Amino acid sequence: MQRSFSAWSLLRRGLGGQRGWSAQWRSPEPQPSYDALIVGGGGHGLGAAYYLAREHGIRRVAVLEKGWIGGGNTGRNTTIIRSNYLFDESAALYDHALQMWSGLSQELNYNVMFSPRGVLMLAHTVHDVQVFRRHVFANRANGVQNEWLSPQQAQAFCPVLKITDIRYPVLGGALQRGGGTARHDAVAWGYARAADALGVDIIENCEVTGILRADSGAVAGVQTTRGAIRAPKVGVSAAGHSSVIMDMAGVRVPLSSYPLQALVSEPVKPIFPCVVMSNSIHAYISQSDKGELVIGAGTDAYNSYTQRGGPHITAHALEAICELFPMFRRLRMLRCWGGIVDVTPDRSPILGKTPVPGLYLNCGWGTGGFKATPGSAHLFAWTIAHDAPHPVNAPFTLERFRDGNLIDEAAAAAVAH
Amino acid sequence: MLLINCPWCGERPEPEFVHGGQAHVARPTDPSATDAQQWAEFLYLRDNTRGVYAERWRHSHGCGRFFNALRDTTTDHFIATYKAGEPRPAPEAAR
Repeated sequence: MQRSFSAWSLLRRGLGGQRGWSAQWRSPEPQPSYDALIVGGGGHGLGAAYYLAREHGIRRVAVLEKGWIGGGNTGRNTTIIRSNYLFDESAALYDHALQMWSGLSQELNYNVMFSPRGVLMLAHTVHDVQVFRRHVFANRANGVQNEWLSPQQAQAFCPVLKITDIRYPVLGGALQRGGGTARHDAVAWGYARAADALGVDIIENCEVTGILRADSGAVAGVQTTRGAIRAPKVGVSAAGHSSVIMDMAGVRVPLSSYPLQALVSEPVKPIFPCVVMSNSIHAYISQSDKGELVIGAGTDAYNSYTQRGGPHITAHALEAICELFPMFRRLRMLRCWGGIVDVTPDRSPILGKTPVPGLYLNCGWGTGGFKATPGSAHLFAWTIAHDAPHPVNAPFTLERFRDGNLIDEAAAAAVAH
Repeated sequence: MLLINCPWCGERPEPEFVHGGQAHVARPTDPSATDAQQWAEFLYLRDNTRGVYAERWRHSHGCGRFFNALRDTTTDHFIATYKAGEPRPAPEAAR
């Protein structure tokens, strides 16, 4: 199995019609038992398996994925990365991830195409201005990069942005220069390849259908469509289906699963230098390296597991895009799709232990989980390995809802939910 | 876009409605008698069913009234809508 490439090998295969490439990770049969299982083969789950093997020496690990890896929300998001969250706990959590993004390609020896091109969040009302300036001050106090731009500075940063003569003129913007985008598939593939190289088994088409329990009540493994697999530790990293898995263990979690849609335009030449988000009129947009404009819409109003949403939701996002960027009105949209996002009451994730010994939970990332992938995976692996949360994710417990310690980004987060 | 059958007004497009979350969640009759766990369950814990789900809708751009619906969250197909106060129909009977 070839895991490293020289310029010569790339050239030789390119001239040879791109034949002879080998798989980048194995496709093993599940073993009867492991030291730890991760349920869910997205970026967060694959990354957790990688860090378990890499940092904690737990190498008898399997990642169980009911479909194909990276086929859920990892492959369905709009790839935006930022860490300018309001509260101390959130800023620490998301900035932990942002710090890891910058070295991730080197760490994995796989180009995840992290591009810190700047994330600009627009203010359209006096209230927006006050809230975003508060964000800027709070972020700076936490050592998180964020700065306030006047409307003219915002337009200078993103020249295609229209700031006046629109229904909601741009009154300013908060810019995180270190935010940006990454190639989402490469994140899943890079983690899969690196984890596989350390001995992790990545098992696709393997749906978990039950949680096995020991007489003590502790986790003993999982039942799957490919048979029972035993392990003393099980980490659930199943995004929109976390409630379904946790129900198997008899644990109710405060999650609602909603469809969240995104869409891409036909590819065009480089025109859009950054990421622009607008909370008030709900639009976010960036341009992929292929040239497609990547546009995010809002969630649908109702719980669903269908991975599709209503066209009026995407139409609303496009109306906002056309208002802010009139030159895009003649662009055609190539495709749109939906993912199922698991949203908590306070819009902060749940990352930690559960009432069931040996069962760990990483969920509730809602509409913004991609940006956290390396940090979330790293902290989840730590939590599983130590049977205790890392200080950064210690506040993100399941019990915070009972104890009243909400991390209420619901009102403070940068996008309308 | 969903087509929703308001029990008072008939079938209307989804933008006329506001989703009201899980149906048949009763507020504790004596909130001060609940412990922290029970109160948290009332405030925050809702079913997130993969399958037939009972939910509330409000016809906010129509009659303005709340009603309940049974919907399959794996297909978004409505099995039944029924007026607030009526019991949840059995899924088989409602088809």
